[in-house]
This record gives sequence, structure tokens and C-alpha cells, in this order.
Amino acid sequence: MGYQTTAAKMNTIFADLSKDYLIYAPKRYVGDGTFVHIDTIRYGEITDLSEIEFAEKSNYSFKEVLLPISETLFYFTENEMKEADAPKKGAIVFLRSCDLHGLKRMDTIYLENGAVDTYYKRLRDNTKFILMGCESSFENCFCVSMGTQTSDDYDAYLKVTGETVLVDSHWDALDAALAGATPASVIPDSVTANETVVTIPETVPQTLFDDPFWEDYGNRCIACGRCNFVCPTCTCFTMQDIFYTDNGKAGERRRVWASCHIDGYTDMAGGHAFRNDKGQRMRFKVLHKVNDYKRRFGTHMCIGCGRCDDVCPEYISFANCINKLNTLVNDTAKEEN
Amino acid sequence: MAELNPYIPFLSEITEVIKHTEIEYTFRMTYTGDVKPGQFFEVSLPKFGEAPISVSGIGDGTVDLTIRKVGKVTDEIFENYVGDTLFLRGPYGNGFDIENYKGKEILLVAGGTGLSPVKGIVDYFSAHPDDCKSFTLLVGFKSPKDMLFKKDFEEWEKNIKVVLTVDYPDDDYSGNCGLVTHYIPELLVKDLKEAVGIVVGPPVMMKCVISDLLAKGFFEENLWISQERKMCCGIGKCGHCKIDDTYICLDGPVFNYTKGKFLKD
Ligand SMILES: Cc1cc2nc3c(=O)[nH]c(=O)nc-3n(C[C@H](O)[C@H](O)[C@H](O)COP(=O)(O)OP(=O)(O)OC[C@H]3O[C@@H](n4cnc5c(N)ncnc54)[C@H](O)[C@@H]3O)c2cc1C
Ligand code: SF4
Ligand code: SF4
Ligand code: FES
Repeated sequence: MGYQTTAAKMNTIFADLSKDYLIYAPKRYVGDGTFVHIDTIRYGEITDLSEIEFAEKSNYSFKEVLLPISETLFYFTENEMKEADAPKKGAIVFLRSCDLHGLKRMDTIYLENGAVDTYYKRLRDNTKFILMGCESSFENCFCVSMGTQTSDDYDAYLKVTGETVLVDSHWDALDAALAGATPASVIPDSVTANETVVTIPETVPQTLFDDPFWEDYGNRCIACGRCNFVCPTCTCFTMQDIFYTDNGKAGERRRVWASCHIDGYTDMAGGHAFRNDKGQRMRFKVLHKVNDYKRRFGTHMCIGCGRCDDVCPEYISFANCINKLNTLVNDTAKEEN
Repeated sequence: MAELNPYIPFLSEITEVIKHTEIEYTFRMTYTGDVKPGQFFEVSLPKFGEAPISVSGIGDGTVDLTIRKVGKVTDEIFENYVGDTLFLRGPYGNGFDIENYKGKEILLVAGGTGLSPVKGIVDYFSAHPDDCKSFTLLVGFKSPKDMLFKKDFEEWEKNIKVVLTVDYPDDDYSGNCGLVTHYIPELLVKDLKEAVGIVVGPPVMMKCVISDLLAKGFFEENLWISQERKMCCGIGKCGHCKIDDTYICLDGPVFNYTKGKFLKD
């Protein structure tokens, strides 16, 4: 159902919902960015709509709500394990259309690829998703190329213009709370074009895996992993055991975000490692995002949010890389004919 | 809670410890449930972390884990196994399917600890030699000191053909020397269209052996390998083991060579 209501009314509804839910949305953190004197926009808890940064793209994605940067899996003593408690409250997450598609990518890994992930599922099952529209494209976005510029898969859509709030609700509790509000026909704002356009090669032959093409990235990438950490579809982690010093026998096992660009990602005992070259790590990531994930799961992994391009301190552009790779693939195919 | 939490390990009792070398022991662990050779368990030690370890033998209510002491987790296992139990989770991975090899001429080539994941296959055909046309086990160790499963070799030699070689012999050693590849040309294969080759060991060894077997006339679809990669979860989540569109922990670690040859890190 579509409604027109006021910010004041919406804030009371959220105040009410906050008994059962923590509300997460992109917020502006002043002077906290990658580059000096630049703000960062990342997810945090809000209690009032005015705290939400609607006008700009968030530097970090919502993924940390479902996949915390560091998450305790269980507590142990020498002979006992106890699953970490789930948060008491559910979550409400404000996010954009591309990120809603990103959620599907996370679902695929955490709910479908092998065993169901207990920790992801228990958060996911108690999370509601509120779509934020995009009136115009942000810098580096290429959602239209990836087909993620619209999504119906939200619990609610919210558009705030001054005191006026337009809502499209797919959520019974919200419909109930908005009973009496003016019915309206509400269609989420979405873009139809981006300045950045990518063309993804249909297939990338394995012979191009060690093409000199990747060397440029090897020379430039500093393996900081930021591109992975901001990406809503990067989901890798590493296990970490922590023990409490005051009692050497007790501790906890956590999982923490991992990055395929950072040293150590493939390290095995005895000093074996794969992809020591940073260019090869770029190849591994790029082809996962727009090649092999699709072969396995049917859709591209990348949702075109452009955050990796926004964040890279070496100005490496993932979008450019795809386009250049496409040219390389086509040129190689021509040469072979 | 509908689904079991796959990250929480269970306690398994150590019923026996078989010492092969200074740094390689087999831990016989209580386990009831389906399990295949080539599958693996995550040995999960609170405070130290986890290590994926192949099933090196399957008994009645037990599985064998042959562990090499190389670092944080495995050191702790060796130093403190007197605790009589270990935490495990698994089994994971596809493992070897014995059915694929029944009724065939089988050549199994293993290098060093690579013997662990395939030992269950050797055990099976040594106990049921009539289930295959012939079984040849070709194994190489670095030196006589590095030999694993000495007792089992005595048993196997009664039932199947065993060719054992070491790279670096010592003064007391009188058997075969040199790399396993040295012994491939002299192996007689009756029907190359049907003959099965199973190859597990360090990456370079696998590459050389496979290339020799192909040169000998083995068919790609009759060759099988097992891969090792970094693994933090064993259940398709952590991403570390992924190669191209393949998760080694889910789709492997055992691969038919027609698929395995395309795995490019
Ligand atoms: C499918 C599979 C089967 C294996 N089978 C056996 C076996 O039968 N016997 C045996 O002795 N070894 C086996 N290994 C190798 C064994 O897992 C490593 O030697 C072991 O993880 C080393 O752990 P560590 O903490 O003692 O060593 P360290 O070198 O101290 O390792 C430190 C950390 O690195 C990580 N790490 C190192 N190597 C690996 C690895 N291969 N996979 C995942 N993480 C790793 C772990 O997080 C570990 O905690 C197997 C590996 C795989 C992937
Ligand atoms: S790869 Fe880059 S553009 Fe694609 S989803 Fe990840 S951060 Fe966004
Ligand atoms: S591509 Fe850029 S952001 Fe990603 S690891 Fe390399 S330098 Fe860091
Ligand atoms: S070991 Fe984690 S995905 Fe394979």
C-alpha cells in the first residue's frame, strides 16, 4: 500500500518499532573519510529520519548489519562450547536498490552454497529492508549495466521531502501503523542511466588469466583490501580464536572479514600460497564478480554500486577494468579467427 | 532451532595414537556416521583454531586422522593429545567414491602425506582384492624416515601390488629409490581405455605423474586427483578455497581430471 504521511508521524512509528528493532541507516560521520578532511558515510543506528543521509551514496554498505566485521560464533571453555546469543532485537535497514540485489548475493552464499549459516540466517530472518530511492545516479555507479537499478523486494520504500514522507509498504505491521494516512500511489525513484557503463565479456578464456593485462594492476594495487570491505557482495571471512587472559582456558571463536587482495588469503602451512602477484588477485576478484559467480549461481555477483572505485586509494577502477577486459577478450577472439 | 549450527564442533575420543614419524601421527577418533576416504574433518581446538585433516582410514565407529605437526593447531594437538579427546566438525567434501573404481585396473600414485586421503581406498581393495581387476599402489616418500603406515604396508603387500620408493635413501635402506615417476614406465596396464589412475601428493608431483599417465595412454576421464587449499570453514562460506567457480571444500577436494585440469588459482 502507498501512503502520504509526515516525518513526525513516521518518527513516532519508528520509535514504536524500535522496541523490537534496531534501525540502521547510512549516516554522515564528519571528517572520518579515506582521504583527509572528507566525511564518511556509513551505517549506524538511528532514532530519527533526519539522521539519515539520503543525498549521497554511502561509502560502506549495509552488509555489516548481517555480517558484522567481527562476529563471535561461540564461547568456549576447555570442554564446552556455547553458541553466542543472537541480538535480542531484529533490525530495520535502509538501503538502495542495488544493495537489495546485493542482499540476494549474500543470501546465495550464506543460505544456499553448502550448509545454512546459522548466524547469518538468524539475523536475516529478523531484518526488514527499507528502500531508499535514487533520483539521479551517483558518481561511479553502474547499476543500469548490472540491472540492479530497481527492486520490488523491499519491506517498505520511503521518500522524505522536508516534512512530507511517501511510503510504499509491503509490511503488515507498517500498514497497520499507517492506517488512516492518506493513500497515495508511490513508485520508488530510480535511475534509468548512469554515466559509467560497463560491458561484461560473455566468457573470459583461461588463457587470459595470466595475460600482461593484469600486470598494471599488480604494479598499482597496494593490497589494502578496502575494495573488498566496502563491497556489499564480498562475504569472505577468516576464523579467529581469542582467549581471555584472566582465565587462560576460556575464550571465544570469531569470524572476521577477509579480503582476497590482502596477503595471506591463500596461505597454507609450509609456506604454500597462491596468487602472490597482486595483479593476479585483481584478476581473481574481477572474474569472481563478473564471471565465475554467474557461472555457478546464474547472476553476476557485482551489483554496480561503484563503491570499490570510490574507495581505492590508488584510483584503480573496477568498472574500467571490466571494459578494458572486454576489449581484450574481443581482440583476442578476433586474432584467433 | 531447526538447523544444526555447522560451526560448533563435537567432542571425539582418541582411541589410539599410531606414531609413524617424529611429526606424523595417526589419531584414531570415535565417529559414527557416513564418511568416505578423501573427505576431511576440521580439527577444531579452542584457543588455537582449526585445521582441515583428511580421513586416512575408516573403522567400525572410528575414523583415522593422520596429522603432520607443522604449526599452531597441529603443534597443540601433538603436545596435548593426552587430553584424550579432540573437537571435530565434518566430515566435509565429496571424497572418493569406491564404486567408480570397482571392476577396474587401478593404479594409485601417492606422494608422502598424500597417501592419507587415499589410504581408505587402498584399505578397501586390499581387503576386497576381487572387487577390482588389479590394484597397484605406487608410493614415494622423501626418505625412509618419512614413511607412513609401515604396518599397513605389510598387510597391503599380501593382497595388492605395492611399489614403494624413497627420494633420499639412507645406509640401512635397501628398497627402491628415486621419484615415483621413475616407476611409471615399467607398470603394465592391460586395458588403457578402462584403467583408473588416482594421483594425490604435492602439486608438482601430481602434475608430473598426470602428464606421465596421459603419455602412457590413460584417459583423462579415468584420472582422479585431490586438491588442498586454505580452508577456514569447510562449508562454502569463507571463500578461501575457491578457484574459479569451484569451491574445493564443497565440490572437491576430489576431482576427476576432466574437471581438475581446469582449476587455475
Ligand atoms: C582438504 C585438506 C586436507 C588436509 N589433510 C591433511 C592431513 O590429512 N594431514 C595433515 O597433516 N594435514 C592436512 N592438511 C593440511 C593441514 O590442514 C594444515 O597443515 C594445517 O591447517 C596446519 O595448521 P596449523 O595451525 O598447525 O599450521 P600453521 O601453519 O600454524 O597455520 C596457521 C593457520 O593457517 C591456516 N592454515 C594453514 N594451512 C592451512 C590449510 N591447508 N587450510 C586451511 N588453513 C590453513 C590456519 O588458519 C591455521 O590456523 C589438509 C588440508 C586440506 C585443505
Ligand atoms: S565490485 Fe565494486 S561495484 Fe561491484 S558490488 Fe562490489 S563494490 Fe560495488
Ligand atoms: S584495488 Fe585498490 S582498494 Fe582494492 S586492494 Fe588494491 S589498492 Fe586497495
Ligand atoms: S573452506 Fe570456506 S568456502 Fe571452502
